[in-house]
Amino acid sequence: MKYTEEHEWLRAEGDVYVVGITEHATTQLGDLVFVELPEVGTEVSKNDEIVVIESVKAASDIMAPVDGEITEVNTALADDPSLANSAPLDEGWFFKIKPSDPSQLDALLDETAYTALIG
Amino acid sequence: MTDLKQTPLHALHLSLGAKMVPFAGYEMPVQYPLGVMKEHQHTRTYAGLFDVSHMGQVVVRGPGYADIAAGLETLIPVDILSLGQNRQRYGFLTNAAGGIEDDLMLANRGDHVFLGVNAACKHTDIAKLKAALEPGLTVAEVTDRALLALQGPAAEEALATLNPDVARMSFMDVATVDLNGAEAWISRSGYTGEDGYEISVPSEVAEDLARALLALPQVEAIGLGARDSLRLEAGLCLYGHDIDAGTSPTEAALSWAIQKVRRTGGARAGGFPGAATILEELDSGAARKRVGLLPQGRAPMREGVVLFADETASEPIGAITSGGFGPTVGGPVAMGYVETRYATPDTVVFGELRGKRQPLTVAKTPFTPANFKR
Repeated sequence: MKYTEEHEWLRAEGDVYVVGITEHATTQLGDLVFVELPEVGTEVSKNDEIVVIESVKAASDIMAPVDGEITEVNTALADDPSLANSAPLDEGWFFKIKPSDPSQLDALLDETAYTALIG
Repeated sequence: MTDLKQTPLHALHLSLGAKMVPFAGYEMPVQYPLGVMKEHQHTRTYAGLFDVSHMGQVVVRGPGYADIAAGLETLIPVDILSLGQNRQRYGFLTNAAGGIEDDLMLANRGDHVFLGVNAACKHTDIAKLKAALEPGLTVAEVTDRALLALQGPAAEEALATLNPDVARMSFMDVATVDLNGAEAWISRSGYTGEDGYEISVPSEVAEDLARALLALPQVEAIGLGARDSLRLEAGLCLYGHDIDAGTSPTEAALSWAIQKVRRTGGARAGGFPGAATILEELDSGAARKRVGLLPQGRAPMREGVVLFADETASEPIGAITSGGFGPTVGGPVAMGYVETRYATPDTVVFGELRGKRQPLTVAKTPFTPANFKR
C-alpha cells in the first residue's frame, strides 16, 4: 500500500492502482454526502483535481496521485457516499488509475511514512 | 486559540471528546464523536443538548413594563407592549437604512425584558441599547449564566424528569423554575424547528445540569455543525449569512414578525430606525426576497453560489446565503436571495457550481415540518 500526503491510499491490482482516501481523512472530513467521480478513460496528470467530495461540513477535492488513465470508477460510492466513511479501504474506494509513468509511484509514502505524517 | 473565550461548559466539551473550533470569539464544539449526521438525526428523533452560552443574555429594566416596552419599541419594530407576561417573541434591531442589525428573542418577565442576542453582535447590540435607552432604562448583560438548548421531540420528557412543571409550558412561554437545585430561566423555544427549551442557569451549576441531562437516555450532546443543518432545514436565518445590516425585513421574508400595530395605520406605527423604508416595503414589496432552494441534483450548493435565471444568462439574479446537506431531507438544501419575480415556489433557477449551471427549485420553508408545542 502506498499513500499520498493528501491522505489517499493506492493499492496495486495488476498494472492498475485502486485509489481511495484513508480512515484518517474520512474522520477529518466527517460524513460524506456527495461524491463526483471522473469519467472512465480520462487521461489525468498528477495533482489534477479529479474528484469532488462533500461532507456535511465542506467541499474538497481529491487529486490524481500520479499521471495516468482512469480505468474504472466506483459507481456504488457515488450512489452511497457513506461507504467512504464505513469502509474507506474496501467498498469506499474511489477510482482505478493506470499510471503512465510508474516511476512516479516511488515518490509516494509507505505505511511508516504516512503513519508518521498523521502523527 | 489563546484569544478565544470559553463557555462554562468548556471542560465538559473536552471530556466528551468534542472537536473545538473558533466561533464568534469563543472556542465552541462543532461536533462530538457521534458526528454531524447522527447528531442531527438524534435531535430530530430524540433530544439534543446544545451549549449556546456564547450568545448574549441581556436584561432591560425600567420603572414599569410599559416604559421598557416603549423604549425597546424605538429600536425593534415588533409589538412589545402587548406581549403577555412570561411570553416570548422573535424580533430584530434595525438600522436607519432599514437593514437588520441583529435578530433576537425578547421575553416579557414582568419587571424586566430578557433579550437573547447573537454572540457575534452582542457587544454592539448592548452598546446600542445603552446609548438609546439609558438612563431612563437600564441595560445589563448577564455574564454569570450559561445558556443551554435542549431540542427535539423527547425534550419535554427529558426536562420533565428534573421538573415536571416544564411540560405545561407552550411554545414561546417563559418561566423561572428550579432545575437540579438551581434557579433556571427557561423558554419553550429554540432554533432547530423542533420542540424544546432554552435554559439559562448560573455558570457554576451549568456543567452539573448538562451532565444530568446527558445522563438521560434520550439526550446526546450536539455541536454547532448539526445546529447549522437543523436550523437550515427549519428555514431559520443565520445572522451574518442569511440576514445582515444590508437586508431588510421584507427582503428577508421576516415581515411576519412586524405586527400590525407597528405598521402603517397601526396605533404605534413606525418609530424605529429605518421605519420609512421598512413600512414602505411592507406595503409595496422589495426588489429581492429570501427563498428556500432545493438543488435538483445531489451536489450541495453552499453560501456564495451565484444564481441565474437560466443556463446561459450572463447577469445573476441572486446568490445562496446558506446551503448544505439536509440529513432529514436526505439531500441538499439551501436558502438565498433572488429577484422577487423568481421568488415564487416551484420556479427553477440555476446555480453556478464548479463552472457548471445546476438547477434548483424555489421551495417553501421549512424543508422539514416544524414540530412545536402550540
